[in-house]
Amino acid sequence: MSTTTVKTTAPADSPAGTAGGAPPRRTRRRGENSFAGSFAAHAILTGASLAALFPIAWLVFLSLGPDKDDYLHPGRIFGKMTLDNYSFVLQETPFFDWLVSTLVVSLGTTVIGVLIAATTGYAVSRMRFPGYRKFMWVLLVTQMFPVAVLMVPMYEILSELQLIDSYLGLVLVYCSTAVPYCAWLLKGYFDTIPFEIDEAGRVDGLTPFGTFARLILPLARPGLAVAAFYSFITAFGEVAFASTFMLSDTKYTFAVGLQSFVSEHDAQRNLMAATAVLVAIPVSAFFYLVQKNLVTGLTAGGTKG
Amino acid sequence: MTVAIDRATGKRRGEPGGRPGRLTRLRQSYQRYWYAYAMIAPVVVVLGVLVLYPLARGFYLTLTNANSLNSARTIGVNHIEATYEFIGFDNYADILWGPTSYDRFWSHFIWTIVWTALCVTLHYVIGLGLALLLNQKLRGRTFYRLILVLPWAVPTFVTVFGWRFMLADGGIINAGLEALHLPAPLWLEDTFWQRFAAIMVNTWCGVPFMMISLLGGLQSIDTSLYEAAEMDGASAWQRFRYVTLPGLRSVSSTVVLLGVIWTFNQFAVIFLLFGDTAPEAQILVTWAYYLGFGQQPRDFAQSAAYGILLLAILIVFTSVYRRWLNRDEQQLAI
Repeated sequence: MSTTTVKTTAPADSPAGTAGGAPPRRTRRRGENSFAGSFAAHAILTGASLAALFPIAWLVFLSLGPDKDDYLHPGRIFGKMTLDNYSFVLQETPFFDWLVSTLVVSLGTTVIGVLIAATTGYAVSRMRFPGYRKFMWVLLVTQMFPVAVLMVPMYEILSELQLIDSYLGLVLVYCSTAVPYCAWLLKGYFDTIPFEIDEAGRVDGLTPFGTFARLILPLARPGLAVAAFYSFITAFGEVAFASTFMLSDTKYTFAVGLQSFVSEHDAQRNLMAATAVLVAIPVSAFFYLVQKNLVTGLTAGGTKG
Repeated sequence: MTVAIDRATGKRRGEPGGRPGRLTRLRQSYQRYWYAYAMIAPVVVVLGVLVLYPLARGFYLTLTNANSLNSARTIGVNHIEATYEFIGFDNYADILWGPTSYDRFWSHFIWTIVWTALCVTLHYVIGLGLALLLNQKLRGRTFYRLILVLPWAVPTFVTVFGWRFMLADGGIINAGLEALHLPAPLWLEDTFWQRFAAIMVNTWCGVPFMMISLLGGLQSIDTSLYEAAEMDGASAWQRFRYVTLPGLRSVSSTVVLLGVIWTFNQFAVIFLLFGDTAPEAQILVTWAYYLGFGQQPRDFAQSAAYGILLLAILIVFTSVYRRWLNRDEQQLAI
């Protein structure tokens, strides 16, 4: 959306005589404000933007300071900015091990989550089968599971299956949240695809499965991408399960690995900051590409009963 | 034509749908829904195996005295069988009205409710305010939007580290406060300020989602409604009250529900901000985690019991909330 400020003055052809006194300079209610109003809006938005930006900018800034106590004397960083922290993190720490585990776990969750959830999203979007409402309710309820509910039994089950400290175990655990999540998201997206397409497919002799696979899935590619991204992010940022179920430090995900700097490296905050920045940049960049679709998918599922 | 296809597939898969000999009407309805059941089957299986089974097992654990000393475990090559016993609802009784139940459960419960209410209110109010501003014709609003989404884009575990640097004693926030000759609280040590800091950080993390959702809602409101309202002489406040808020109703109800659930279960912010150093600032979720995994011996049974209680609270809340939303609606909101 570009910021072309086309002056959209209200059309002057409104027939109602009660529209108010001064038609030539009628301000459009959701259009331009008075000067003071727009100044206030800019002031608030600038303030909010600074508040949003500052903690991250600060983290980036601190990551350039070579000393672990630089965060207490930020002024000193200016004189000695360096990328040493980054090269140290990349060369001397298990950064790439963590990268591998994070990617394995997140991508595994994503693939399983989206594959399984797609048909479900389609079914709950198109078919009002008996038990439909209850099923949607179950999907919603699984979103509310506090970590503590499943963590203990899952720990027990995984240790019986020898899946503690294994990628597969963590992927399975994450699927328990990602699958209902994706189904919910995808329902929202499928709802936006016209039902006429299904009807046309059925008239042409496709089964519902055929309609789904040949017509709807290709159209739903953006929705699938969003679901994939969301489950990826969820798995990527999860802390509680990851820090409990992954024991060896080469298998840590980033969320756990970053914590380990606090204790194991004598609270080397400069390295923590550098790692955090290294993790955050690609994810945030990717996030910006899809964030608009994320919301549509997420809230549409709830709004269209 | 469709009926023939349905019956053929129905028979092949042996689902109840296609079986002949029932009333035609019933059969047709089954034939229609058979696909639906087949399509949701994978998720049903996954949820059954990965969620319901652990849930049932977790519920059973809450009826025992399981902890890390008497559970089944493997030390080296030796496998030790579980020796915990069934003790009925003692865990719940102990949590809810046992000795020191106030310190262990109710104080955390009250704080969790306060935390959830404050955070969601702040998320919603700030998010709505920013969304309203961004919905105007304003120079540079795309730029503002991109900046304001940033807290959502960065993974929580990263941002919380950033905040820890800032909140640390001697960090930038206290340095700034001292420069202004204001008292510098011990954000990460003093209970009140810990809670304050937790709410602040969580608000910072949660506003973008609300803002973007509500902005989407605002943009979907028909502009002719505003024109009509203005024709009728509605003031800005009246337009907000009688056009904007009702127009946002469906989006609001969803995001508030999601916000409550997420905030109530917000693990990462408090856990990463304080670790084990803030017993008084723990909400129920992090407290349950502490019981089960943060102490020795690990108290699995109590931790799971907290989990079940949390889930129960959320389910009750959601049911009431849904009923309240749908109280006089033809179209169900959620």
